[in-house]
Amino acid sequence: MSNSVAIVGMGYTSPRPLTPEVSYKEMIYEAAIKAYHDANLPSHKDIDGFVTCAEDFIEGTSIFDEYTPDQLGGVQKPMHTITGDLLHGIATAVMNIQTGQQDIVVVEAHSKLSNVKSLDHITHYATDPILTRPLNVNPHAFAALDMQRFLHVSKNTLKHCAEVVIKNKRNAFKNDLSCHAQNLTVQEVLDSEETFRPLTHLQKASPVDGAFVFVLANAKKAKKLNKKPIWIRGCGWISDSPSLETRAWDTCDYAKLSGQMAYRQAKIKNPKTQIDFFEIDDTYAFKELQHLEALGIYDKGKSGNALLNGALDPDGAMPTNVSGGTLGVGTFHDASGGLRTVEMIKQLRGEAGPRQLKKANTGLAFSWRGVPTTSGITVIYSRKGA
Amino acid sequence: MNLKGTPLKGKDFENGHVLTTKSRSNAFYAWDTGQGIGKYLQGLKEGKILGTYCKKCDRTVVPPRVFCELCMGSNIEWRVLKDTGRINTFSICYVNWDASRVEHPHLPAVIEIDGATKGHGIMHVLDEVAPKDIKIGMKVKAVWKRKEERKGDITDIQYWKPL
Amino acid sequence: MSGKDEVAIVGAGMTKFMRRAKETPKELCFEAVRAALDSAEMTLDDIDCVIHGTAPDAFDGIHMKGEYLSDGSGAFKKPYMRGYVGGGTGVFSPIQGWYHIASGQFETALVVCEEKMSSFQPHPQGAFLTIFDNMTERPLKPNLLWIFALEMNRYMQTYGITIEDIAHVSVKNKNNAIKHPAAQLGKEITLEEVVNSEVLAWPVHREMVSPTSDGACAVILANKKRAKKITPKPIWISGVGWNLDTSYWTNRDLAYPQYVENAARLAYKMAGIKEPKKQINIVEPYDPFAYKECHHLEGLLLADKGKAPQLAIDGVTQRTGNMPSCPSGGLLGVGNPIAAAGLMKVCELFWQLRGEAEARQVPGKPKYGLAQAWGDLMQVGTVIIVRN
Repeated sequence: MSNSVAIVGMGYTSPRPLTPEVSYKEMIYEAAIKAYHDANLPSHKDIDGFVTCAEDFIEGTSIFDEYTPDQLGGVQKPMHTITGDLLHGIATAVMNIQTGQQDIVVVEAHSKLSNVKSLDHITHYATDPILTRPLNVNPHAFAALDMQRFLHVSKNTLKHCAEVVIKNKRNAFKNDLSCHAQNLTVQEVLDSEETFRPLTHLQKASPVDGAFVFVLANAKKAKKLNKKPIWIRGCGWISDSPSLETRAWDTCDYAKLSGQMAYRQAKIKNPKTQIDFFEIDDTYAFKELQHLEALGIYDKGKSGNALLNGALDPDGAMPTNVSGGTLGVGTFHDASGGLRTVEMIKQLRGEAGPRQLKKANTGLAFSWRGVPTTSGITVIYSRKGA
Repeated sequence: MNLKGTPLKGKDFENGHVLTTKSRSNAFYAWDTGQGIGKYLQGLKEGKILGTYCKKCDRTVVPPRVFCELCMGSNIEWRVLKDTGRINTFSICYVNWDASRVEHPHLPAVIEIDGATKGHGIMHVLDEVAPKDIKIGMKVKAVWKRKEERKGDITDIQYWKPL
Repeated sequence: MSGKDEVAIVGAGMTKFMRRAKETPKELCFEAVRAALDSAEMTLDDIDCVIHGTAPDAFDGIHMKGEYLSDGSGAFKKPYMRGYVGGGTGVFSPIQGWYHIASGQFETALVVCEEKMSSFQPHPQGAFLTIFDNMTERPLKPNLLWIFALEMNRYMQTYGITIEDIAHVSVKNKNNAIKHPAAQLGKEITLEEVVNSEVLAWPVHREMVSPTSDGACAVILANKKRAKKITPKPIWISGVGWNLDTSYWTNRDLAYPQYVENAARLAYKMAGIKEPKKQINIVEPYDPFAYKECHHLEGLLLADKGKAPQLAIDGVTQRTGNMPSCPSGGLLGVGNPIAAAGLMKVCELFWQLRGEAEARQVPGKPKYGLAQAWGDLMQVGTVIIVRN
């Protein structure tokens, strides 16, 4: 991507299943203050634009963007909301900076999922009101449909899916942000409560609360502000069909095409050799494998065996979800791109402590917006600018 | 210009020319009030209106917050404000949200609270006043619920009346 | 890059605005998109990315409404992004389209705005009950009219403006809308009829409020290279600005929309406009309520503080006046499917500056047009300046 943009600061709160002592505004304020400090910003007044990623029904407020500016220092500043993953916010900030009209842009996303008391009902409310909603099917069942088809076409197995859970929850032990680290066996995963066959309870990420704030800047400001700017080399985002009837179940095109778009920008010809590590959506365990294959990291049906051979482990050839992923840390829904970006920055800066990878020059983060959507986004981060 | 779009009338539904599906959102929330609003609501339960003072901006605000949105500092002090104020603006509202008429008009107002910096108020409702007598700038006082009825909610103040 | 005059509007289309449409939300999007593509003689294959604008999900009764609307908006297997700033969305969406292209990442963009408010029963206003602060305001059961009545009253009191002064805006816009083929509420109406109409929330009268509506609009944007190939009459985006004020609206000066001024100043600066009153030939300020047109003309620095009603009284803002304001008929006349209504204003400028506004065409040869929208808790201003 020409016209380079870098992340110069990050701030976040400790993820926890419950956060009764703070309001969402207070939680975001903590993350913002930390991010501005990390970016060495003299004042929040130096920020030219703000982007929040949020959905009304998750917040419980219509037109939620009303409540976004104060806690970020965005009062009377250009600010808007994106209904997308935090990575969609990153892509938005990148574009705004590339226009030349804004030098420094802040991106925020948060989860207060503990305050949402009817989450599955709300997700159900995202389905087509005429064709799908009257069937009254729990929307997680759509993930089961997807999984069934994925296993059938790719010949990956239930055991492979269980191994994803085991790996990510094991990785989470080395991440102080994690809420769901655990030592498990294949049998324990597959024998956990059967929810939406072939899905079992342990194959689905659990919601946690947390806030993420990132400061992005153009090349000139980035170099001035931070000794270790992390460069955004490519952003690709794609929506497939929202209807269950016409989407590309077999090819997972939202991941495939978003990857291709990001590779093109980053001038990556061979993602298998040019990317060192991956933070990939694993809302449901099979999704990690499905997404890796769609992104071209593995050929169809090859990711499962690679996983068994240790290739996705921190010391493997394709370290994936070293952070523990959303299975190990917890899911923040549309803020999950924040967890992935934090891990990217820590690894690329060399600040990942006990889980620091030996080789971490370029990393790929991929988010999916969850059921019932087919929207995905790939962002490629690097220690080096274009 | 040939514009698309098919406007419907009530009779299209009555005579079955148009079909509809119905559903109701089942959306429930329990919002954490946090430090700032939590303490504000606790204050209301005790019959007090609390604000916060930012030293750096020399500004006392209500509703209170534990950080100042202008300077982004968290060096704030809690202040007990008065339960009197002035009407900044008001309306005499004759309709409900579904456009039906109300019997007695609602009287929403923005009330600048005494003790807060000028121009800082809250939204609430007026009563014990004839609509024609309400004026911008009028002094008003809070009418509280009885202590045992208060529950830590903005409705612990029933309404505001002329002072 | 500066972004100035680098992105053009090359096509526009819309549906009728209706109290209740037979079409589903997706179908409304589709019809607007098809009209826009046809106007530019393009197909979806020519579109690099899609931007969607729509206000609260509660209207259509669909969580993640942007996802649901994506295929109707032509986004199938394309980069698709939905942004929102409440009522300001309709003018913000083309700004989003602008930054997609001005970033250098895309050559063309399709911008779609939709609202189907009638799905919410028994009345669309119910969707607004949850816009208030969940802890400090919602327990009072406020409805949407309250806050606008409060703002209008403060504005009138501060500058000594009467209801009759403001009623001139309703008369102008509703009469203008008679000539708009998409209009829901265009009608001949007199000053007396506006002033004597039912009081909903004093000082707001029925004929000073826009209706609830269903409808969709779409525009197509292209970079310099592509725009010139697509049409001999591209309309260039010269300046953009947006600005969001604090959520604590009861701590603000309600008599003046400072955030609109901030947004306008960004847009003027980018467009190189030094004297807006002289240089802006045609303006489409956001007019969901009659007083808002006045409020906004002042925030846009196109009228002195407290003096905007006089422009309507003197006929300056008539379609044939020196600075036509809402020649489309605005939200008061054409209708108010929230996000689509804002984009309708940008469509109007597109047609006016190309000389294609038919019976609504303003006289002379307008060069610069400005459209503005507003929303949230009286809190956000979005401004776009275009030229031919």
